[in-house]
Amino acid sequence: MKKLLSFVVFFLVCSTIYAGGYRVAIQGQKQLAMGHTGVAVISSAESVFFNPASISFLDGKMNFSLGVSGIMAETRFENKEYGYARNTESGLATPFSFYATYKANDWLSFGLGVYTPYGSSVEWEKDWEGSHLVNDIDLKAIFVQPTVAVKISEHLSIGGGPIYVNGSVTFNKNLNRTLTDTNGNRANATVEQSGISAWGYTLGFMVKPIEKLNIGFNYRSKIIMQAENGDATFENIPNSLPGDYSNGSFDAELPLPAEVTVGLSYKFCDKFLFAFDYNFTQWSEYEALVVEFDNSAGTSVSPRNYKDSDTFRFGLQYEATKKITARAGIYFDESPVQDGYFAPETPRNDSTGYTAGLSYKVNDKLSIDASFLYLHFDEIDNSYDYYQENGQNVPFGGTYKSSVIAPGIGVSYKL
Amino acid sequence: MKNIKYIALMALGLVACEPELDNSIEDAGAYSSGSADFSKFVTVGNSLTAGYADGTVYLEGQKNSYPNILASKFSFVGGGTFKQPLVNDNLGGLVAGGVQITDTRLVLSGDPLAPTNVAGTPTTDATNVISGPFNNMGVPGAKSFHLLSNTYGDAAGILTGTANPYFVRMASSPSATMIGDAVAQNPTFFSLWIGNNDILSFATSGGAGVDQTGNLNPASYGSNDITDPMVFHGTYDALLSQLTASGAKGVVMNLPSVTSIPYFTTVPYNPIPMDATTAAGTNAAYAPYNGGLAMAAGGSLITAAEMQQRTITFAAGQNPVVIEDESLTDLTAMGLPSIRMATANDFIVLPASSVIGTLAVAGDPTSVIGVGVPLNDSQALTENEAGMIATAQAAYNNSIAMLAAANEDVVLVDVKSSLEQLAAGGISYNGGMITDTYATGGGFSLDGVHPTARGYAVIANIIIDAIEDNFGAQLPKADPGTYPTVYID
Repeated sequence: MKKLLSFVVFFLVCSTIYAGGYRVAIQGQKQLAMGHTGVAVISSAESVFFNPASISFLDGKMNFSLGVSGIMAETRFENKEYGYARNTESGLATPFSFYATYKANDWLSFGLGVYTPYGSSVEWEKDWEGSHLVNDIDLKAIFVQPTVAVKISEHLSIGGGPIYVNGSVTFNKNLNRTLTDTNGNRANATVEQSGISAWGYTLGFMVKPIEKLNIGFNYRSKIIMQAENGDATFENIPNSLPGDYSNGSFDAELPLPAEVTVGLSYKFCDKFLFAFDYNFTQWSEYEALVVEFDNSAGTSVSPRNYKDSDTFRFGLQYEATKKITARAGIYFDESPVQDGYFAPETPRNDSTGYTAGLSYKVNDKLSIDASFLYLHFDEIDNSYDYYQENGQNVPFGGTYKSSVIAPGIGVSYKL
Repeated sequence: MKNIKYIALMALGLVACEPELDNSIEDAGAYSSGSADFSKFVTVGNSLTAGYADGTVYLEGQKNSYPNILASKFSFVGGGTFKQPLVNDNLGGLVAGGVQITDTRLVLSGDPLAPTNVAGTPTTDATNVISGPFNNMGVPGAKSFHLLSNTYGDAAGILTGTANPYFVRMASSPSATMIGDAVAQNPTFFSLWIGNNDILSFATSGGAGVDQTGNLNPASYGSNDITDPMVFHGTYDALLSQLTASGAKGVVMNLPSVTSIPYFTTVPYNPIPMDATTAAGTNAAYAPYNGGLAMAAGGSLITAAEMQQRTITFAAGQNPVVIEDESLTDLTAMGLPSIRMATANDFIVLPASSVIGTLAVAGDPTSVIGVGVPLNDSQALTENEAGMIATAQAAYNNSIAMLAAANEDVVLVDVKSSLEQLAAGGISYNGGMITDTYATGGGFSLDGVHPTARGYAVIANIIIDAIEDNFGAQLPKADPGTYPTVYID
């Protein structure tokens, strides 16, 4: 156990990655195993994230959940016209979550969540053919969410809380497709900032019209991550290049879009629980990546033009024995990226997630939760058409195929 | 226990994670070599084949040579390794026995940006013979008949001009011939692009050499002379016979126009601005010359047409430069030099841009070069000289086409016609247009003669098109927009 904990703690210092856009839907081992449903599931402290209202209905005075997943994501890119073939570097990303709830009295509960719902870490081979769009990018955001929930009646509760976000970004790309120093080293820029903070909130309702049926609603507000006065570093700029490309600072912002989730769970045949969630994510918020430099690099505008996206999630839970609960799920995740805006910094198209997991009840208080996610992407021919040189669009594209798997493990503790 | 399971799952994941495409370009059959065999590709030629740019051979230029670009695409259909005689660095230039013999590379430098030789002493010593064989047998400066010469790689001849330092450093022995070293590699596929220098050096010297048409002994030619077309034909025939003797297939490139390169098109024929007062003063200075012409015409020493052609008159506005023209009737006995004003049919060479308008004699305002002091023979390629070049070029291209047509394994790549688009508006690529404008057009490097890497990529694509059309091959292309143009230091 001790060994396991140190293993988990080790990964907490690592980062996150991946999702439709840069959303990472891994916010709890039990719920991930059920297709990442949960807005209407009352099961564990993971509800702090999935629907803060539902912590009102948890058993026990206190509940804790701690989990981490290891995401292994890789993208293959090929372009037949020019004979390009590349893979992203396969790093390990580790979104984690920690949740605690405390029942103050019959109607008032408190909770705390610490989790990483956004992140993206993509690393292409340096100076690859799309290096004018991205060499590597690493976004991280840790959310801290104090929560309060009020049970209005046996049939209805409401909950919510503020969200504090602390994020960081590093992003490197080449300045254009060809500029080098006289030795052929590509001119590139890195922007970097950590400790970016922002605030948002979440609000949820839980309705239990009849004993076996729960209906949940959760809203998570938009949060704008603003990098101000971050470090901008320029490399391999020719000395005589007109203009000032000395290292300086940059401003940029990245929206973490608002999300609405509605769903239900239904208990049947005594040992089975079915859950369905529908997520609507207001990705249309992300119109362009605008980076303002304080030197001659000026303002770089990369249109993104994301569209709002839907995700449909289905999950099943089966209490196989007193000790073992099995879970499985599937979800259909619509990519917010539109045709012609397929940028290699988030090379994601529509995907189908297959999930499964187990909980093993060590004793009445402690259980160990394992999950597994396989995210399937069809290969896609697409391009990013809005990179400009000499005032004209220069499309970059080809065939992309991504593959993601994420095994995860966690513990739940109930007092 | 759970720990082990987790680690096992992760290990499984690392294996299972690699995404594969349904139809990968790495699958057999994604591309095709058609009826060609690219397993041993050897290319023979001059500076264009060597990847020469910005006045020299340097590493980045060699990396982007058109044969190296081709070889990288051939590698998808069975092409083997492609070895080039790489120089030491990106400085460019050569030394021979410790003495610098060619300049370092040109880059844009300073404010405002101007072509400048990179500071430093070349480190590549031509007498330091490197070990081959080399798939890229491109030797800057080589003329057609040099490929058959068995003294061309002998270091002893570098200073006397019978050897070429670029070949000396890569020749298999001092008595090796370029074609011999190429054929010895048993190429399965070759490219041959030779003949440019048989007219180019005459052109870039401003026609200072001699048109040797009629002289069948190339050993007697000077370095700036035009090769006799019969000599060219015989040489080319011999080269092709040797390259194809063992059944190799290949491509041959014809010769693009010499006078449409920026070296000849950048400086206008009329770069001299003048106001009316200065023009009147200048005309007064030329009055004795003009008067002498009238006398010569009156004495029937020259025609009225020549008198008119030679009469020098400046006016307010842009004026042509005054040039020497050795084709004019020699009137030196009357004290009249063979000079005239340039016309739109003459070509002023690029290096003249730095002297036109300057004073030949410090402090003497009547010694303005191009006005009071005519451009010399090497600074202008006259219409007459350009005509000699065009005649020889047409004859060479006829030979190349005829000899290629006579061998079914040889395909003619009409680079000449393809590159004519450069002058006629440009050649477009994904993200722009390359033109023949000096420095900014993207097609030509800072020496005004040789292509940029982007230009070489365009040439590689022209050759790939011809290979696809004639050998039924299917190959990936180069994306010219991703290749660099001129460099800024």
